[in-house]
Amino acid sequence: MPTEALTLVPRAESRQSAKDFKSDQEVRWCPGCGDYAVLAAVQGFMPELGLARENIVFLSGIGCSSRFPYYMNTYGMHSIHGRAPAIATGLAASRRDLSVWVVTGDGDALSIGGNHLIHALRRNVNLKILLFNNRIYGLTKGQYSPTSEAGKITKSTPMGSLDSPFNPVSLALGAEASFVARTIDSDRKHLTEVLRAAAAHPGTALVEIYQNCNIFNDGAFEALKDRRQAQEAVIRLEHGRPIRFGLPWAEEDGGDGLGSQGVVRDPATGDLKVIDLAEAGGAEGVLVHDAHAASPTNAFALSRLADPDTLHRTPIGVFRDIRRPVYDDLMADQLERAVESQGKGDLAALLAGNDTWTVRG
Amino acid sequence: MTSQVEPAAPDSGTGHQPGQAAGEPPETPEQPGHKAVQRLERVIIRFAGDSGDGMQLTGDRFTSETASFGNDLSTLPNFPAEIRAPAGTLPGVSSFQLHFADHDILTPGDRPDVLVAMNPAALKANVGDLPPGAEIIVNTDEFTSRAMAKVGYDASPLEDGSLESFRVHPVPLTTLTVEALKEFGLSRKDAGRSKNMFALGLLSWMYSRPTQGTEDFLRTKFAKRPQIAQANIAAFRAGWNFGETTEDFATSYQVAPAASAFPPGTYRNISGNLALSYGLITASQQADLPLFLGSYPITPASDILHELSRHKNFGVRTFQAEDEIAAIGAALGAAFGGSLGVTTTSGPGVALKSETIGLAVTLELPLLVVDIQRGGPSTGLPTKTEQADLLQAMFGRNGEAPVPVVAAATPAGCFDAALEAVRIALVHRTPVFLLSDGYLANGSEPWRIPEVADLPDLRVQFATAPNHTLDDGTEVFWPYKRDERTLARPWAVPGTPGLEHRIGGIEKQDGSGNISYDPANHDHMVRTRQAKIDRIAVPDVAVDDPGAAARTLVLGWGSTYGPITAAVRRIRRAGGHIAQAHLRHLNPFPANLGQVLKAYDRVIVPEMNLGQLAALLRARYLVDIHSLTQVTGLPFKAEQLASAIKEASDAH
Repeated sequence: MPTEALTLVPRAESRQSAKDFKSDQEVRWCPGCGDYAVLAAVQGFMPELGLARENIVFLSGIGCSSRFPYYMNTYGMHSIHGRAPAIATGLAASRRDLSVWVVTGDGDALSIGGNHLIHALRRNVNLKILLFNNRIYGLTKGQYSPTSEAGKITKSTPMGSLDSPFNPVSLALGAEASFVARTIDSDRKHLTEVLRAAAAHPGTALVEIYQNCNIFNDGAFEALKDRRQAQEAVIRLEHGRPIRFGLPWAEEDGGDGLGSQGVVRDPATGDLKVIDLAEAGGAEGVLVHDAHAASPTNAFALSRLADPDTLHRTPIGVFRDIRRPVYDDLMADQLERAVESQGKGDLAALLAGNDTWTVRG
Repeated sequence: MTSQVEPAAPDSGTGHQPGQAAGEPPETPEQPGHKAVQRLERVIIRFAGDSGDGMQLTGDRFTSETASFGNDLSTLPNFPAEIRAPAGTLPGVSSFQLHFADHDILTPGDRPDVLVAMNPAALKANVGDLPPGAEIIVNTDEFTSRAMAKVGYDASPLEDGSLESFRVHPVPLTTLTVEALKEFGLSRKDAGRSKNMFALGLLSWMYSRPTQGTEDFLRTKFAKRPQIAQANIAAFRAGWNFGETTEDFATSYQVAPAASAFPPGTYRNISGNLALSYGLITASQQADLPLFLGSYPITPASDILHELSRHKNFGVRTFQAEDEIAAIGAALGAAFGGSLGVTTTSGPGVALKSETIGLAVTLELPLLVVDIQRGGPSTGLPTKTEQADLLQAMFGRNGEAPVPVVAAATPAGCFDAALEAVRIALVHRTPVFLLSDGYLANGSEPWRIPEVADLPDLRVQFATAPNHTLDDGTEVFWPYKRDERTLARPWAVPGTPGLEHRIGGIEKQDGSGNISYDPANHDHMVRTRQAKIDRIAVPDVAVDDPGAAARTLVLGWGSTYGPITAAVRRIRRAGGHIAQAHLRHLNPFPANLGQVLKAYDRVIVPEMNLGQLAALLRARYLVDIHSLTQVTGLPFKAEQLASAIKEASDAH
């Protein structure tokens, strides 16, 4: 799967399998943790890229998910809390022949490292950021996180948390991200599709992965996982397709067998809203998802449909995927242009400068 | 024992002043139409004005002409942190001091022989530093009753006799400049802006400076606005002509080139930050590694970011990060990828970078952290100098996290110090601190330009193949399998097949690099990281002790080199015996340092902090150190330091 984003990364000489990407280290997450599913999906997906394994780097910060690099048989660095996007920026900007992945969590990326995340997104460095969002602090044993629902009862908030949560997709869009997607740990097919789209994207890709912490926040995404509830709760975004979800609008009821709910623009407010198509008498006016739209307006409006407490009507999939100049390319381009205009650096000439005098012996 | 350096009494000046001919008898060709010319050994000039008066530019130009003339020189820019402080106020005064001589000199000088005061605030803020007999050139146009009242002058100091111990030249600089530029059709305000060039022209005449360089400079600087260039050149020439024609200036001076002070070679004038920037580019070239600078703007380090950003044709990548932490993070990421990673900052930035420096210590990757120290704590004195980050550099991290520390001693010395710091980082796979300070950063002096062929070879070997055989015969790569001599670990960069490995901040097993919480392994790793730094080979400290007659040693580090050396010369000239040594390596210390300290009855350590090196020396060598301290935001003055050293030496 050679893509524009990876043209400078050397290809693998032979076929790879998921096993090639498993390191010899014992995986030490809690049994039942959602991280296992993501690790398996990433290891299973990597061979598809066909990249030389030595040119792939996984970097992380601190938190449960940040142990991820130890389990990948690639180059890797487990760094310090919140700083992985900054470290990865230096690596990616100086080595365009690498495929650089950042693994982070809701505390790592959105709390202590929020500044680095938004600046990586606005710069559009060629990084793929996997943000494992479990809406809790796991490694420090269960304090609320910047994505926890307001009023969350935890060890540090026995009377309920006072903070309003971040919506990571809204935040990323506001930070000028060129690629933003959301997926769920337990939906391997969807997760892999999103990883594929992220890998193909030139520039920074932010993938929010809803990930269950079965120890400190078990069932946080149950509404999105339960087969029956999910039909009403999850909005699957697919580029070029009308945004519909919910129980099928049965043909015997005059429907087309697709989701009975649709996302339309409210002419009164200009905002997006969900309508019942049967009640509305048809699917006309349902918004067709355009992930490549130049304006982030609709993507942002879609990110606001979810109820922050219940996650009811949570869109998943690729919200936004647009092309804009990539930081690493711009930096390399300046170096080339400097050589073109000034010539390759001449050290003796630099040191001498223009204003010298000579002392003779 | 600790003592504070007291300001010397104002009448104890010993510097050569204009009028006091030194060396050969003055030549005074009394030909008609010619003014007297007097020879001097050395002169100290201070330009002072409002922050917006262009005093730094004026000083820079005078310095440049002085350098190209071949004098030895040393400069001290001194300016407020505010970009444009309220006009005409004491806090808004900006000054530039230049000391130039026909022999080798070490400091920007204690007390100016000449003060150019562009307004009452500049006079008031600086007159206290002048020795009796000094010349003062004042811009009388600015001495309005309102401007004088603003800085607390009840009566005009030009008329009330308070300046009678000086030789005052009242010059209506603004009026004369406006008059000189009347053909240019500029407003009085715009024309008046060139008064600094008029002053520069006058001083250039007084001290027989070359002028072509300044005229060329103005043409280039204002290439897009030729009228402004011509106006400035006209003001500059008018200033020169004013000196030559007006009777108020009866004498001009000559300071001969300092030919004998300099070994043969080609020279240029260079500031500390420029020398440091060149040192980094040179290190990158000599190491054959691309330079990656991660930096966040901070005074007084920003000029290094600016300078390196101009040299992308050397493959230099400069990254202006979102904050100090990202700046070092990106540099570390680039180092992981095989670049020469550098971050430049000042004390407050170092505080923010501490955690990442600790990460670099445990990752054992090369990384250079440049700290251009300024007055602290907190924001402190952003534009003033201090040496109070030594202990922060040594210890300012969680856990046992030793980092080598190299300190530059002179502006030009920043070049070699950068090369040395990079050498240590690359050979020993460790973050290294390079300490400079505001005085070195902005001060300048002549620099003998090195031959590229004489520069050190800093090339490194990346790991390319497995380095360990498992019991079952498998060939593997162990990221923490160390070089036996240096204890450095291999540097295997991404893209190298077969060497895929993971490193991180968690304690790791020596050798394999796998996560390890084993108590014995942690103890071993902490001691190994320390031993790796302790084993770094640094040159012995050299002691200057003529005749081996001294019983007192003065030991310094960093930018105090100039003032200490000047003070030691004074003491020796007065017949005193005193030994001098200066540390470039603060961690590890030179192997002979303990012996050197114990060889003297008294050890005096002057520092621009409250005794940080003294504390390290006492702890390490159990030697009683006499600590001499000053934290005024300004460098030591040689004369005061000489008195303090003498007093401390005699007190025992």
